[in-house]
Amino acid sequence: MPLLEIKNLHARVGDREILKGIDLTVNAGEVHAIMGPNGSGKSTLAQVLAGRELYQVTAGQVTYDGQDLLELKPEDRARAGIFLAFQYPVEIPGVSNMYFLKAALNTIRKSRGMEELDAMDFLNLVREKMTLMKMDQALLNRPVNTGFSGGEKKRNEIFQMAVLEPRLAVLDETDSGLDIDALKLVAAGVNTMRDPARAMIVVTHYQRLLNEIVPDYVHVLADGRIVKSGGKELALELEEGGYAALGIYEEAEV
Amino acid sequence: MTALAEQTGHWLEEFTKQKPADPWLQKLREHAFLRFTELGFPTTHDEDWRFTNVAAIARSRFAARPVTIPGTVPASTLRDADRDHLGKYAPENAFVALNTAFLDNVALVRIARGAVVEKPIRIEYSASGQSAHLHPRTLILVEPDAHCTIVETYRGTGKYFTNAVTEIVAGDAAVVDHYKIQQESPEAFHISTTQAHLGRSANFTSHSISLGAALARNDIGATLSEGTEATLNGLYVVNGTQHIDNHTSIDHAKPHGTSHELYKGILDGKASAVFNGRILVRKDAQKTDSKQTNKNLVLSDDAVIDTKPELQIFADDVRCTHGATIGQLDAESMFYLQSRGIGRDQARNLLTYAFAQDIVDRIKVQDLRDSLERVLFEKFHEHGSH
Repeated sequence: MPLLEIKNLHARVGDREILKGIDLTVNAGEVHAIMGPNGSGKSTLAQVLAGRELYQVTAGQVTYDGQDLLELKPEDRARAGIFLAFQYPVEIPGVSNMYFLKAALNTIRKSRGMEELDAMDFLNLVREKMTLMKMDQALLNRPVNTGFSGGEKKRNEIFQMAVLEPRLAVLDETDSGLDIDALKLVAAGVNTMRDPARAMIVVTHYQRLLNEIVPDYVHVLADGRIVKSGGKELALELEEGGYAALGIYEEAEV
Repeated sequence: MTALAEQTGHWLEEFTKQKPADPWLQKLREHAFLRFTELGFPTTHDEDWRFTNVAAIARSRFAARPVTIPGTVPASTLRDADRDHLGKYAPENAFVALNTAFLDNVALVRIARGAVVEKPIRIEYSASGQSAHLHPRTLILVEPDAHCTIVETYRGTGKYFTNAVTEIVAGDAAVVDHYKIQQESPEAFHISTTQAHLGRSANFTSHSISLGAALARNDIGATLSEGTEATLNGLYVVNGTQHIDNHTSIDHAKPHGTSHELYKGILDGKASAVFNGRILVRKDAQKTDSKQTNKNLVLSDDAVIDTKPELQIFADDVRCTHGATIGQLDAESMFYLQSRGIGRDQARNLLTYAFAQDIVDRIKVQDLRDSLERVLFEKFHEHGSH
């Protein structure tokens, strides 16, 4: 049974249809890259999988681990093992990173029938993962993402992913706004999380991230549909010829 | 009989029931009572009371129920030098006059010149229903260069009417941290006036936390001298049919004064709130630096907030800014928390609590901050769970 199966997925925001029939099957252990120009629907797909209510699903099915994903609230999807690394992580002043992450981890552990971590065990786990992401531990006591640089925000997303250990991680343009050193660091963090039991969907505009996180499959999204699928070499083709080589023209960013 | 006469008639009965006091006090009371009968309770036709209807107080027949508050002393025992301050600073309005008309015990705090009092001085007013009227009176006299922290708390059970007046005098270069925690019973009426008279280079901080009462009104005023720094922090949390009205008034009378004001409100249910922030910069008060902010988080469709800055600036070389916001919980923040497994109710509580966090953080008295954190946490937890 595939971990994730998307069939003919249509979604809209307001009266604008963005996803126009997506089909995608992802098995545990696989890394899928979704590439496409601005406005093709990449981020919408990522947000729909995480349960953002802003988007209305008008047709199609999404089955995750045998259950109807679209029936689940965002928090229940997270508890079932879905993780979205946000393109634009949200700043939440007044809520400390530590408190937030502990609440998240313990809610997820509880739903999996695991014991909640006490403060000491939590701190040990968090220290280990922060070292992995080369993050300053002082960030833990700061409010969530508040006053973080662009790179710190992206690293914080992958750090959260490392702590929450999802079964399906969706990385939405995790490379955007990162210089090459920061990109390598983030990619290294992601690579340590590759696991036969875990699947990843890596959404990106550019091929450069895929030099670091080498995917098993590449899909090209244009105007709300997957227009081409292939192996990792498809990303290189795109790098050389651009989207235009596939007859795809970029829409203005919306 | 007119409505005014009817109202004051009951209060006249109550007034004459009081035991006669020393001549100076009796004179003060009688003068104040006369003033009260002239003014009568305000109505919504008065600009200052447009959004706060005190008819329910005016209609009720509250009765005197003496309570002893630890730390207060009979007004008759005040020294001449102290009693001269009574009523000298509080604005002359019906509620202040009524308080003075029933002046009996006074919580007197006097800090000697240069003294640094580390331990917070606590004044705990408590009421126990029985349709009582209470007129807590606090007089805080801080001599030059002295430092102190005062915590006034108001609590009670059942239905009653608290009508409090606090006058604060801070001498030159004095540092005064004042906390007013209002946790009255859900049926109570709470009217309070706090007026601070601040000396040269004095530093005054007011923290006003309003959580309780069916209807509450705070008038907080400060008059600044040269180089005085005044900070007014406020937090109000209302639900159900609660009503809270905060009127603040900062009077920059002399040059080089600084005032910072941050009031935050959280409204749920059919609650209503009023914020009116008056800042007066007099002609002499050049180089005044004043900032006022009022932020409101509205959690339901039926809650109502009226917020208004009132700036009167007569000096030309000043910096005065003000801003007010009214908003709901941020949908993106909600989604971000939920996407990490945190349930909708918990996410809502967390964000609501986070909204109040910066006011809570400004509280320097550790146990007060801890207990407020606990109270807020429980409050939002309750709200979110149904």
